[in-house]
Amino acid sequence: MALTGNTTAADAGPLVAIDSLSVDFDTAGGTVHALRDVSLEVQKGRVLGLVGESGCGKSTLAYSLIGLLADNARVVNGAIRMGDRDLAGLNAAGWRDLRGRRIAMIFQDPMTALNPVLNIGRQMIDIQYRESLSKAEKRARAIEFLGQVQIPDPAARLDVYPHQLSGGMRQRVCIAMALLTRPDLLIADEPTTALDATLEMQIVDLLRELQQRFGCAVLFVSHHLGTVAELCDDVAVMYAGEMVEKGSARQIFHHPQHPYTQALLACDPARIGIATRQLPTIPGSLPDLRRPPVGCAFRARCPQAWGRCASDHPPLYVAQTHHGARCHLLNPEEGKT
Amino acid sequence: MLRYALQRFALSVVIVMVAIAILIVMLHVVPGDPAVMILGPRATPELIAQTRQSMGLDQPLPIQILTFFGNILHGDLGRDVFTNRSVAQIVFEQLPYTLVLISVAILWSAALGIALGCYSALRRNTWLDTLSGILSVGTISIPSFVMALYAVLVFAVWLGWLPSIGAGEGLGGSIIHLILPAFAIGISWVGYVARMVRASMLEVMSYAHVRMARAFGLRERLITTSHILRIAVQPAVTLIGTGVAHLFSAAVFVEVIFARPGIGALIVQSVNERNYPIVLGAVLVTTAIIVLATLISDLVIAWLDPRQREEL
Amino acid sequence: MNETSATSPTAPDADDRLLSEPSLLTRSLRLVGGNRSGAIGFVLVALIVFAAIFAPWLAPYDPTAIMTGPRMAPPSPEHWLGTDNLGRDLLSRVIAGGRVAMLVAAAALGAALTGGLSLGLIAGLGPRWLDNTLLLIFDALRSFPTIVFGLAVVTIIGPSLFTVILVVAITSIPIYARIVRTQTLALKNVEFILAERAMGAGIARILFVHVLPNVLGPLLILASMDVPLVIATEAGLSFLGMGVRPPTPSWGVILNDGYNFIRNSPWPVISGSIPIILVTLGFTFMGEALRDIFDPRLRRTH
Repeated sequence: MALTGNTTAADAGPLVAIDSLSVDFDTAGGTVHALRDVSLEVQKGRVLGLVGESGCGKSTLAYSLIGLLADNARVVNGAIRMGDRDLAGLNAAGWRDLRGRRIAMIFQDPMTALNPVLNIGRQMIDIQYRESLSKAEKRARAIEFLGQVQIPDPAARLDVYPHQLSGGMRQRVCIAMALLTRPDLLIADEPTTALDATLEMQIVDLLRELQQRFGCAVLFVSHHLGTVAELCDDVAVMYAGEMVEKGSARQIFHHPQHPYTQALLACDPARIGIATRQLPTIPGSLPDLRRPPVGCAFRARCPQAWGRCASDHPPLYVAQTHHGARCHLLNPEEGKT
Repeated sequence: MLRYALQRFALSVVIVMVAIAILIVMLHVVPGDPAVMILGPRATPELIAQTRQSMGLDQPLPIQILTFFGNILHGDLGRDVFTNRSVAQIVFEQLPYTLVLISVAILWSAALGIALGCYSALRRNTWLDTLSGILSVGTISIPSFVMALYAVLVFAVWLGWLPSIGAGEGLGGSIIHLILPAFAIGISWVGYVARMVRASMLEVMSYAHVRMARAFGLRERLITTSHILRIAVQPAVTLIGTGVAHLFSAAVFVEVIFARPGIGALIVQSVNERNYPIVLGAVLVTTAIIVLATLISDLVIAWLDPRQREEL
Repeated sequence: MNETSATSPTAPDADDRLLSEPSLLTRSLRLVGGNRSGAIGFVLVALIVFAAIFAPWLAPYDPTAIMTGPRMAPPSPEHWLGTDNLGRDLLSRVIAGGRVAMLVAAAALGAALTGGLSLGLIAGLGPRWLDNTLLLIFDALRSFPTIVFGLAVVTIIGPSLFTVILVVAITSIPIYARIVRTQTLALKNVEFILAERAMGAGIARILFVHVLPNVLGPLLILASMDVPLVIATEAGLSFLGMGVRPPTPSWGVILNDGYNFIRNSPWPVISGSIPIILVTLGFTFMGEALRDIFDPRLRRTH
C-alpha cells in the first residue's frame, strides 16, 4: 500500500494533519513553550520541507510526529491525525505499532545513528521482525535495499560494522533501512547537515530519486534552503515555535510573504548574487520561549513591525490558495504601511 | 578476532614474566639473605651456603631469573624448604578450593549486580532502585574481611544457621560451607557492578542509535539487550576482570577466617614458616590466573564490541 | 557557516541556553549544601583526622595497658566500647588504631603520589622504549593482588608498619603513574605547548606550568578516594599478623584479637570494624563530592 506512485497534485489528500499542536518542555529554568499552535498537513506522496533556524522547533515537530520527544516534553494541546487515528494521544504500544511500519525516520548524524556493536546485516534484519519471511529472505531484501541506495557490493556490506563505513555510506544505510520498512511517511531530520557539500548533493539526489520510486510522503527538516528548493514540493517555515508561513515551494521561494521568510531567503549564501565580504544576517536573536511574546513572535527582529504587531498575535492569513503566512501585513483589511 | 586474541595472549605471558622478574629482583635488592631467613640466625655457615646453592641463590641475578623461567616451562616451581615436596604440587592441591570460591563469588555477585543495575536504570527512582543504591554504598564500604567476620558473627555464632569452619565433606557439605565465604567475598561486588551498570546504562540509553532503534518500532526487550546492555555492560566486564585480583586478596582473609583450605591459607601459613619457595610459587600462580582473567574480560569485550578488536 | 549568523545552525538551541554550565562556586555550594552524603563525608573525615591527631589526649586509658577493667566486658560507662580479652579499653585502642591507620594512609599515599607522579612524567615525556618498559612494569605490578603481594613482601623483609607502607605504595604507584602518563601525553602535543617548546621553553618549565596543575587535582581526588583502600589493606595485613605488630593497637590487630574470642564476645569485632566502615564511608563520600565539584569528567575514569 505504500507504493502509491508519485502524486503530483496537492489534492491527493493529507496523510498526516497536524492541528494546533503545542508542545512544552519542562526544564530546570522553567517551562519552554517549544511549539505553539502549529498546524500543518503532510500530503500523500509529496515532499514537505520544514525550514527555520536552530531552536525554532522544527526538530521538535518532526520528533512529535514519530513519538520520540524527550522525556521532559509534553503535548499540551492539539492533535496529529493520521487516517482516523490521533497520534498525539497514542501510548507506547500504539507508537511502536506505527514506527518502522507506517512512519520511518532518518537522523541527523549518521556517525551515531547505527548501533556500533551490531553489523549492518543484523540491524537490517532486526527491523524486519514484523515480516513473516525467512532469515534468508530478509537478508536478500536487505541486500536489495542496500543496492537501491547505490551502495557498491551490497552483499558484502552486511557483515561490516558501522565504524568501518564512511559517514556518507552510513547515511545511505540509514536511508536503506528506513525505506526497507516501506513507510507512508519518511521523516528526514537534517539528514545531510553532518555531511560535507558533495556528499550532501549525492544524498539529496538519492532521496529525490527514491521518493519518486517509492512514492512515500517525506517530511524533510533542514536549515539549508538550497537543499529544500531542490527537493521539496511544499515548504513550511517555522520561527520561535510557530508556523509562520507555508505554501508550495514555488510560492515560498518566489513570493515569500512573511518578513522572516524574506530575511531567511536574503541570508542564503546561494542566493546572494553580488560577492560580499560579510554574509548578511538577521539582527537580533530568538525570543525567550519560556515567555513567548504576546504579539508577533518575529516583531523584535522585523524591519517592518508596526503597532499592531506588539499587541495582536497574527493569525495565518491566506495569501493564495495553499499559501499562508502569520503576518499582519497580509491582513486584507489593513493597508500596507 | 583470532589475531587480536593471540596478540593479547602474548602480551599476558610477557606481563606474567615481568611480574616474576620483579619478585625475584625484589628478593635481591632487600637487605638480608633468604637462606638465613629460612634457616634462622643460628644456622651454621656451611648449612647456609648449602641452602643458598640448592635454592640457586649463589647464581647471578639474570641467571636466576632465566633458570626460574626455564623451570616453569618444565612445570617446576621449586621445592618446599622443609619437606622437599614439589611446590607446584602443593600449590595445585590448594588451588581448586580457591578457584571454586572465587568463581562462585563472581557468578552470583555479577549476575545479581547486572540484573539490579539494569533494573535500576530502567526503573529509576523506584523503591528497589533506591534500596539498591543504599545497599551498594553500604556494602562497598565494608572490606571483605570485615564482612566475613560479621558473616561468622551473625550467621554462625548468633543464628547458628551455617557452619563457619572448614570446607565441608561431600558435595552437600561443600556447598553449605561455601555459602558464607562466597557471600562475604561477593556482596560488595554486587554493589559495585550494580552502580556501574546503572550509570553506563543511563548513558547508553541516551545514545542516538537507541533512538533510531525506537524509531523502527523494535521491541523494548531487544532494545534493552542488543542496543543498550551490550554496550553498557562493558565497563562492568572490565571491572570484574580486574576485580579478580581483589577477589584473591579477599580469599586470603576468608580462607583464614573460615579455616578453609586454599591458596590464600597456604600463602599465610608459608609466610609464617618463612617457606619462601612456596610463597613465590603461589604468588606466581595467582598472578598468572589474574592476568588470565584480565585477558578473558578483554576478549569478552572484544566479542561484545567490534570496535575494541582493532585496538592494540 | 558564519558563527554569528542568526540563521546558522550553530546558534545555541533555545533549550541549551537554559541549561548552561553553572559556575564552580555555584556547583560547590549546591553540592556541599544540597548533597547530604558529601556533607556527611566531610564531617566524618574531619572527625577522624581530629581524633588521629589528638589521640593521646582523647583516649580515656592507655591503649596498651592491660586489666583496666574486667576482661571481655560489654560497653559500660567506664568502658564505652567494652574491653578485650586482656581487659584493655577498646575505645582507647580504637582511637590509637585510628592514628596508626591515618599515619599509614598519609605515608603510603604520599609515597605513591610522589612515585606515580615522577614515573608517570618519565613515561609520558621519555623515549618510546622507556614508556613501553614502564607500562609493562605497571601492568605486571597491577596483576599482583595487594594482599598476596603484601604477604610476599612480608616473607622477604618481615612484618612491620614500614612493610605495610611499602606494599601500599608499590601497588598504588602504577595507578597514579598511568593517569599522569595519559595526561602528559595528551598535553605533550597540544599546540601551545609545542609552541612554547619551539620558543625554547625547558621541559621543567612545561612540567611545572602546564602538566602539574592539570594533573595534581584529579590525582589528589583519586588519592582521597583511595584512603579507605589503604586503611583496609593495613587493617587486613595487621589482622593476619603480617602488618602492625601487637601490642601496637591497629584496627586490624583489634579485629584479630576479637576474632579469636568471637564466640565469647562480639564487642571487640564490632568496635574494631565500625571505624573502618566509617572511614570508608567518609572518604568515599568526600572524594565523590570533591570529584563532582572540581572534575566531573573523572566520573567515567574511576
